[in-house]
Amino acid sequence: MRATGVSVRLGGREVVSGVDMHVDPGEVVALVGPNGAGKSTLLAALAGDIGYSGEIRIAGRDLTAYKAVELARQRSVLPQKATLSFPFNAGEVIRMGRAPWNGRPESADDEDAVAEAMKWTETSAFDQRPFPALSGGEQARVALARVLAQRTPVLLLDEPTAALDLRHQELVMAAARARAGDGAAVAVVLHDLGLAAAYADRAYVLAAGKVRRSGPPAEVFTEELLSEVYQHRVEVIDHPRTGTPLIVPHRS
Amino acid sequence: MQLTKESPLRAYKKAVLILGLAVGLVIVCLVAAGKGQVPISPGEVAGSLLHRLGLDIGPMPSAVQGENALWLVRFPRVVLAVIVGASLGCAGALMQGVFGNPLAEPGVVGVSSGAAVGAAAAIVSGVTIFGAWSTAAAAFAGGMITTLLVYAMSRAAGRTEVVTLVLTGVAVNATAGALLGLLMFLTDDDGVRAIAFWQLGSLAQATWGSVAVAGPCMIAGLVVAAICARKLDLLALGERPARHLGVDTERLRIIAIIATALLTASAVAFTGIISFVGLVVPHLIRMIAGPGHRVLIPASALAGAVIVVTGDLIARTAIDYQELPLGVLTAVVGGPAFFWLLRRTRARAGGWG
Repeated sequence: MRATGVSVRLGGREVVSGVDMHVDPGEVVALVGPNGAGKSTLLAALAGDIGYSGEIRIAGRDLTAYKAVELARQRSVLPQKATLSFPFNAGEVIRMGRAPWNGRPESADDEDAVAEAMKWTETSAFDQRPFPALSGGEQARVALARVLAQRTPVLLLDEPTAALDLRHQELVMAAARARAGDGAAVAVVLHDLGLAAAYADRAYVLAAGKVRRSGPPAEVFTEELLSEVYQHRVEVIDHPRTGTPLIVPHRS
Repeated sequence: MQLTKESPLRAYKKAVLILGLAVGLVIVCLVAAGKGQVPISPGEVAGSLLHRLGLDIGPMPSAVQGENALWLVRFPRVVLAVIVGASLGCAGALMQGVFGNPLAEPGVVGVSSGAAVGAAAAIVSGVTIFGAWSTAAAAFAGGMITTLLVYAMSRAAGRTEVVTLVLTGVAVNATAGALLGLLMFLTDDDGVRAIAFWQLGSLAQATWGSVAVAGPCMIAGLVVAAICARKLDLLALGERPARHLGVDTERLRIIAIIATALLTASAVAFTGIISFVGLVVPHLIRMIAGPGHRVLIPASALAGAVIVVTGDLIARTAIDYQELPLGVLTAVVGGPAFFWLLRRTRARAGGWG
């Protein structure tokens, strides 16, 4: 998927301005930046949720030319917060991810896709439990399982790790990596720069609606850039064993 | 790993529920058709029905005028009760799905009152451009306008907050009440009686003609609801996630809203306001079979029919030579049930979510 010169105006203010970005099959791309940088808004534009100027193409075709159901077979979206109006079971929620394939040959893989998604997110045990009765983190994993079960070539994940404990954060990012390994293009909004550094092939650092820098995390996560965009002194240390950048806020 | 589509127990429960409701509806109808000033046994009712269908099975009504009582008075009334109950039950389930709110119901949000205003306006003004369908058409217009109004006013970001919905209902009901009052003031004694009948809700004026009008509306509404069922499940995730899963949410909402208005208006057009059926019935079904609309919608229609047929039976037989207004009866049961649901929803959402 590729975005060219994408701008979004919300409430008379330009929240995203002139963003160029692309996510290729097989890679995990992180969108990072401070609160209000426009990460989620950019993701919403990529998902086709909100109006934008500029151009967004998925699989070479303009986003606005897709019908809702065609788009649902191309990209899946994990919203920041999972809501549910009626007390469906977690298993039913995950199976909703298969809806776009209803009546198509791919629907033969329904149970396989659901089982795989449950395995990745460790949600098999919740199958028969009402979604509203799950904890926040468990709900987040069920929501992710639904997105994984959709098995689309493009995944857009808005803070998939926000509500999760350490172990499940790793699990979720590993799942995203695995999907990329299968050839999917994955875009993830992340707040945890350490996770972004460890799991993303490339990162876009956003600030005030603009892309400040993009490239492999080891190159773009520099002390100067991060200290500037977060307006807080940041230390970047290479992990003594793996060499992955560790990003630590300066504390006295 | 082998995964079943759903637990066998729940699937079994759903099948038993639908079958049980269908059988229950048939039994209630046979009993209801037999009760009245000319008592006829359920067996004779069934016999009379089968004879008309050309099957020479079962006993014929033995009572004097039994056959006439059945075919001219009771059957239209029972059939209309089935249609009204099914329409209201289905409309409730559909409306709750579209609003993403378990407290949405044509009576609560004021669609029934809006339809009543339309019908009353037709009665008072004496407009008959659609012939026998005039009152029904006016009720439909009133219901439709109110539905769209409530829909436009009470939604924010694809969801309807409980408090917004209920307060919108209060406002709409108050306005509709004022308009009805004004129409009663403007009209003569006959008009006042006709409007009062509307507000109380009753099946007393059921005829084959009203069945012929309300029936097709119900069938159309049920078919649309059944087609939408799967998509309504996805809508429970919210506006955007539903679209991410390929649902054309705007189109779905508009189609479902029109179907709701059609069902409600056709139900109230000949019977007046029968409230709370659409609220309580889908709730009971959800408690038994879960929130999936593919079961919820047909089961709500069946259960709504059972309740209205039973309610009407009680309304016309509880007091000798007198008839209780059905709308009053359903409100007596439905009002406290609504209160209880409100408390429960509030407790579970941890506030007015």
